[in-house]
Amino acid sequence: MAHGPSENFFSRWLFSTNHKDIGTLYLWFSFAMFLLGGAFAMVIRAELFQPGMQLIKPEFFNQMTTMHGLVMVFGAIMPAFVGLANWMIPMMIGAPDMALPRMNNLSFWILPFAFAILVSTLFMEGGGPNFGWTFYAPLSTTYAPDTVNYFIFGVHIMGASSIMGSINIIATVMNMRAPGMTYMKMPLFVWTWVITAFLLVAVMPVLAGAVTMMLMDINFGTSFFDAAGGGDPVLFQHVFWFFGHPEVYIIILPAFGVVSQIIPTFSRKPLFGYSSMVYATASIAFLSFIVWAHHMFTVGMPIAGELYFMYATMLIAVPTGVKVFNWVTTMYKGALTFETPMLFSIAFVILFTFGGFTGMMLSIAAADTQYHDTYFVVAHFHYVMVAGAVFSGTAAVYYWLPKWCGRMYDETMGKLQFWIAFIAFNITFMPQHFLGLAGMPRRYSDYGLQFADWNMVSSIGAFMYGGAQLLFLYNVIRTIGWGKPISDPKVWEGAEGLEWTLPTPAPFHTFSTPPVVK
Amino acid sequence: MSTEGSYYVPEQSKLPLLAALGMGTMAVGAASWVIEGGTSTIFLIGTAIMAAVMYKWWSVVIEENTQGIVSDQLKYSYVLGMYWFIFSELMFFVCFFGSLFYVRVLVGPWIGGEAAIGLFDDTPTDAAIANATHLWSGYDATWPPLVTPDQAVNAEAAKFVGPQEAMSWPGLTQLLSWLPLWNTIVLITSSGTVHVAHHALKEGNRKKFVQWLGLTVLLGVFFLFLQAEEYIHAYQELGLTLESGIYGTTFFLLTGFHGAHVTLGTIMLLIAFLRGLKGHFNESDHFGFEAAAWYWHFVDVIWIGLFIIVYVLG
Repeated sequence: MAHGPSENFFSRWLFSTNHKDIGTLYLWFSFAMFLLGGAFAMVIRAELFQPGMQLIKPEFFNQMTTMHGLVMVFGAIMPAFVGLANWMIPMMIGAPDMALPRMNNLSFWILPFAFAILVSTLFMEGGGPNFGWTFYAPLSTTYAPDTVNYFIFGVHIMGASSIMGSINIIATVMNMRAPGMTYMKMPLFVWTWVITAFLLVAVMPVLAGAVTMMLMDINFGTSFFDAAGGGDPVLFQHVFWFFGHPEVYIIILPAFGVVSQIIPTFSRKPLFGYSSMVYATASIAFLSFIVWAHHMFTVGMPIAGELYFMYATMLIAVPTGVKVFNWVTTMYKGALTFETPMLFSIAFVILFTFGGFTGMMLSIAAADTQYHDTYFVVAHFHYVMVAGAVFSGTAAVYYWLPKWCGRMYDETMGKLQFWIAFIAFNITFMPQHFLGLAGMPRRYSDYGLQFADWNMVSSIGAFMYGGAQLLFLYNVIRTIGWGKPISDPKVWEGAEGLEWTLPTPAPFHTFSTPPVVK
Repeated sequence: MSTEGSYYVPEQSKLPLLAALGMGTMAVGAASWVIEGGTSTIFLIGTAIMAAVMYKWWSVVIEENTQGIVSDQLKYSYVLGMYWFIFSELMFFVCFFGSLFYVRVLVGPWIGGEAAIGLFDDTPTDAAIANATHLWSGYDATWPPLVTPDQAVNAEAAKFVGPQEAMSWPGLTQLLSWLPLWNTIVLITSSGTVHVAHHALKEGNRKKFVQWLGLTVLLGVFFLFLQAEEYIHAYQELGLTLESGIYGTTFFLLTGFHGAHVTLGTIMLLIAFLRGLKGHFNESDHFGFEAAAWYWHFVDVIWIGLFIIVYVLG
C-alpha cells in the first residue's frame, strides 16, 4: 500500500489500480465524448437552423441524431457519474480504494474500445447507425446498414463494462464501509449510486439480450421481430424499454445524489428528510421496472395495458416530489450562498422539476397520442438529461475539483459559465415544447415553414450552450494548472462528511487506516 | 462490513488494458465475421488474447491467495462479485423468458386475429382484425406453432417454414424415450454430485472431493453431448431450425444460451478439478471452487425453468 503514483506517465494512466486515477480517466473520457456528442448536436441544429436541406443529406442527419443520443447517454453522462463514483465513494465511506481495483480499470478501458468501434462506423461503407438511439426493429434489423453488427458488439462490450463497474460499486459499498458507517449514515451520493448500480446489473443484461436478438434476426434467420415468423417488432420495444426506462433513472439517480450533497453544504444545514430521500430513491428504482410501456402508448396496446402503464407512471411523481420537497426544504431558512455548484444545483431543482411536469403530461396516455414522437418529447427529456444530469455533473466538478487538485476555480468564470449555460439551455429547449405541441415530429432533417422561427431560436441557443461547454473546459484546465492553491481540508465552510476530513488535495491513497464513524 | 486496515490494493497491472484490448478485438472480429464475406481471423485473435489474459489474471489471483495476502474482507468482495454476476446472468435469461411469454401468450393470438387480451374489452382490436383479414389471413394461432403466419399466407413461397414436430411433452407412454427428461436427470444429478464434492472438501476429504467433482464434470459433458444430439435430431428429422419461425427462434436461443452457460460452468468446474488435483483448496479456503459450484447450481435452476416452460408446457 506504500506505492504512490507511478513516475511513468503511460504506466500511471494505462495500468492504474487507483480509484482516483481511474475516476479521472472516466471523467476526461466522458468530457471528450460530451464534446463529440455535442459536435453531433451542433450539426443537427445547424441543419435545422432554417427549413429546407442546408448542409447535410438526410441519411447523414439520421446518423447524427442516432450517434448524438448514443454518445451522450452511454459515452458522456454514464461514464461521468461512474467517474464521480470512483473518486468519491471510497472517500465518502472511509475505504482505502474500490473493492476490486483491477476490474475497475478494465471497466474503464473497455469504453474507449467500444466507442472507437461505434464512431468508426461513421466512416464505413453504409455509414453509422441511422435508426435512432432507441434502435427500434425493423429499422435496426431489416433496414439497417451492415455496420449495425459493429454497433451490436460495441454495445455488448460497453454493457460488460457497465456491469463490471456496477458490481464493483456494489461490492465497495457493501464490503468496504468504515466501522460505524452504517447504511443509514451513508452520504446520499453513495446511496443513489448503489441503487443505480443495482439497476445497471439488472437491466444491462436485458440490453445485451435485445441486441443479441437483433443479431440473430439480421444474420441467422430467426424471427423475434418479424411477424411473418410469428414474432413481433413491438417485442423489440418492450425489451428495449424494459432496459431503457431504468436506464433513464440510472442517469438521473446519481445526479440526485450530487445535488443532495451540494445543497446542504451551501445552505449550511443538514439535508432535510435524509431517510425519506433514501426510501424515495429506492421507490423510484422499483417503479422504474414496471412502467416501461409508457414509451409505447401509440403502438397499439390493449386498453388495460395503456391504463396500467399510465397510472403506474404517474406514481413516480410521488417519490420524485418527496425529493424536490426535501431539496427545497433544506434551503428553507438556510444560510444560503450562491457559489457556482450551488447555482447549478438550484437550476437543477427548478429545471428538473419542469422536465418532471412535462413528463406528467406525457404520462397521460390519451394526451400522449398527440405528443408522441414530437419535439415536445425531445424538450422533455433534454430538460431532465441536460438540465438534470449534465447540470448536476457540472455542479459536481465545480464542487469537488478543489478537493481533488488542491486548487480553487475562478468563481467569476464559474458563474459566467453557469449563466450562459442556464440561459442558452432554456433558449434551446423551451421553444422545442412549442414546436412539439404545434406538431413538429422529431428526427426529421426538414420541417414546414410554420416551425421556422422557433427552430432558429433553438439553434442559436444550442450554439451558445455549446460555447459554454468550451468555457467549462477552459475553467477546469485553468483550475488544475493555475488555480489558487488551497489546503483547507473542508474547502467549503458548510461541507460535512468523511471526504472533507482528508487533506486537500486528496492524497493518492484514500483511507489506508479506516476512520471510525460515530 | 468491518474494515481492517489491511485491505489489499494491488499494484499496477497491465492485465485490464490487455483484457479490454482482447474484448475490443473480439467485438470487431465478431462484427466483421457475421457480415457477408467476412472471416473469423480477427475474432480468433481476440479470443486468443482474451484466453491468455484470463489465464494470467486468475493465475495472479491464485498466487496472491497462496501468498496469504488475500484478507477475509477481500474474499468477501470476490463473493459479492460472484453473487451479482450470477444475478446479471439471471436477468439475461429473464429477457429471453419474458420474450417467450410475450410472443406466445399475446402476439400469437393477435396475429391470428383473436380478441385482445384485456380486462375491459373482449372484442378484437382493429389491429387484430387487420392482421387477420389483410396481413395474415388463415393463420391459426396455436402453440407450438407448426405453421408460421408466413406459411399461412405464402404457402410454398414462405421464408419461415414451421417444424414438423415440436420438442414438447410427448405423453406418459413416450416419456422414457424423451431426451429432455434424461437431460434433466443428468443435470439435476450433477447438481447433487457437486454438492457432495463440496461437503467432502469441507470435511477435508480431498480424495472424495476430487472424485465427485470429476464425476460432475463428466455429467456436464454428457449433458452437452445429449443437447448436441437433440439439436441434430431437431435439424435433421424435425425440420426444427433457427429459421422455422418463432418456435425455433425461442427454442434454440433459450436452450442454446443455456447450453453456452453449461459449457462455461463445465470449464469452471474442470479448472476447479485440475486445481484440486494439484492440491489447491482446503477446508476453509476454496472460493474458486465454490464460485463454480454456485454457477453450476444457477445453470441447473435455469434448466428447470426451461424444462417446465419450453419442454413440458411447450
